[in-house]
Amino acid sequence: MERTQYKQEINMTEELMARINELISHYPEDKRKSALLPVLHEVQDAHDNWLSFELQDKVAEILNIKPVEVYEVVSFYTMFNQKPVAKYMFEFCRTSCCATRGVEDLMEYACEKIGAELGEISSDGLFQVVGVECLGACGYAPMLQLGDFYHEKLTKESFDQLIEDCKAGKITLHDK
Amino acid sequence: MGRKILLEKINIPGIKTYEVYRQNGGYASVEKALKTMTPDEVTEEVKTAGIRGRGGAGFPVGMKWSFIDKKSGKPRHLVCNADESEPGTFKDRFLMEHIPHLLIEGMITSSFALGANLSYIYIRGEYMWIFKILERAINEARAAGWLGKNIMGSGYDLDLYVHCGAGAYICGEETALIESLEGKRGNPRIKPPFPAISGLWQNPTVVNNVESISAVPWIVMNSGAEYAKIGIERSTGTKLISASGHIKNPGVYEIELGVSVEEFINSDEFCGGMIDDRPLKALVPGGSSVPILPAHLIYKTAAGTDRLMTYESLADGGFATGSALGSGGFIVYNDTTCIVRNTWNFSRFYHHESCGQCTPCREGTGWLEKVLHRIETGKGREEDIELLWSIQSKIEGNTICPLGDAASWPVAAAIRHFREEFEYHIRFPEKVKNRDHFVAEPFEKVRHLVAK
Repeated sequence: MERTQYKQEINMTEELMARINELISHYPEDKRKSALLPVLHEVQDAHDNWLSFELQDKVAEILNIKPVEVYEVVSFYTMFNQKPVAKYMFEFCRTSCCATRGVEDLMEYACEKIGAELGEISSDGLFQVVGVECLGACGYAPMLQLGDFYHEKLTKESFDQLIEDCKAGKITLHDK
Repeated sequence: MGRKILLEKINIPGIKTYEVYRQNGGYASVEKALKTMTPDEVTEEVKTAGIRGRGGAGFPVGMKWSFIDKKSGKPRHLVCNADESEPGTFKDRFLMEHIPHLLIEGMITSSFALGANLSYIYIRGEYMWIFKILERAINEARAAGWLGKNIMGSGYDLDLYVHCGAGAYICGEETALIESLEGKRGNPRIKPPFPAISGLWQNPTVVNNVESISAVPWIVMNSGAEYAKIGIERSTGTKLISASGHIKNPGVYEIELGVSVEEFINSDEFCGGMIDDRPLKALVPGGSSVPILPAHLIYKTAAGTDRLMTYESLADGGFATGSALGSGGFIVYNDTTCIVRNTWNFSRFYHHESCGQCTPCREGTGWLEKVLHRIETGKGREEDIELLWSIQSKIEGNTICPLGDAASWPVAAAIRHFREEFEYHIRFPEKVKNRDHFVAEPFEKVRHLVAK
């Protein structure tokens, strides 16, 4: 039975499996489940930044745990996405320190700029603006997270530049 | 200039790399501890130092270490809490990003004291680039012989790994962190048993903050007694303060505990004063969970003494007129800040971050957010202030972990000190509806409308 509304092509490359096995080796032999969060990050990064049920089942199989043990973790942690997201997802911190330094205005500007409502994916599938809670960059507000990296002390101008850099393929999302 | 312990070497070019760190005296505490000290002697130095947990709770580090169960013969673990997520706090990140080997050195020396042979650094998932920095630094340390079997021929073995979370504030609570490290949802455990008896995989475990562990190398090299000379009374040593908000120079500062709040905010060595020289309205001195202080209680306590950056002075006056040093997340607000909006913002955070395990917190945090949101948007009701007070009082003390208290205190303090602002929102809804995110009109200009 199909359980996922969106299709996801699963591709567990040799490179990805090698990294997963390395992560598993960081825990005692009988505690493979402990590797779940780091492994999910790697698997998600390699699969367009989201985790279908089918992909989660695959992770369960690798770690020798029950699928539900993966589902309950994926649904608990905000960094795991259960449906497709834009290639460039701008996660703006909207907690107090960033809010007092203008992030709410900036998020409105960013939504206008990409032509999509908050949380929605732009028509070209490239961009998405979402609001998240404190990212630990309070002194460098306003800021956003894009992939593995932070972009801090943002202005409308620096956000425009970031969009241009994304379009030009100059942005590295993950440090592998 | 105050004394620097954690950031002493931060400006040395290349200190991020193993070679430069080592050339500048790095890893000397490992050599000293493993070659010339017993594990208990290291613990004693940390006890003598009087250093209190730098994550927020302020529990003495040495005492926490002394609780670890060494009798059962089970494997022991040291877990570093690098889940830094308390709004206003960004100091651990600064250390790990710029001088990663300091934490690794601290982890080795501390693990030796605890007799742990397998230790972890649990870092929040959003700090992924720092996860990679630490992973590489650990590999460098291992290659140089500071990790692995029989370190420096001492017979002591240690494996150290970095583990990442995935976006959950609650994992900063030590038992939730342990659950998360076991590959589960971050639901805090009921205590007792405490982690020192039954922690990671039911083994005796100590969980310490990044900043606490990073102070251990200095303590071992210079002695606990030297460390205890810095600071005032039970607030010994130095503390990293993450300064943010409406100040000229936001950033991470290392202070000797005991500097006055007035100096910290206004001196060019630290925050540099208020942006545009606007008036100071409120201060959250120790991360979003601690009570907010109104202007008249920031530089002086209610008793009229100077307010100092110490555990005791910031808490002076208790809940009525004091706050707490907490994690050192120092958020400064000027007169354009709407306290109602800011309180709603914090409540939204706690609602989002509640793990959902305990009913008072799961339901109460959402209720607080909802009521605060309607007041902020001009739909508040006359009875809402009492309702907020009642909800927060029923969460506090009735949950497994302190997240419930952390969600309650900011609301209670905001009502206690800024009640007129809540009344203004309720009585003049037209003035707050359709308002911009910022308050064009500082509350001081309209206070007369609600003043008694």
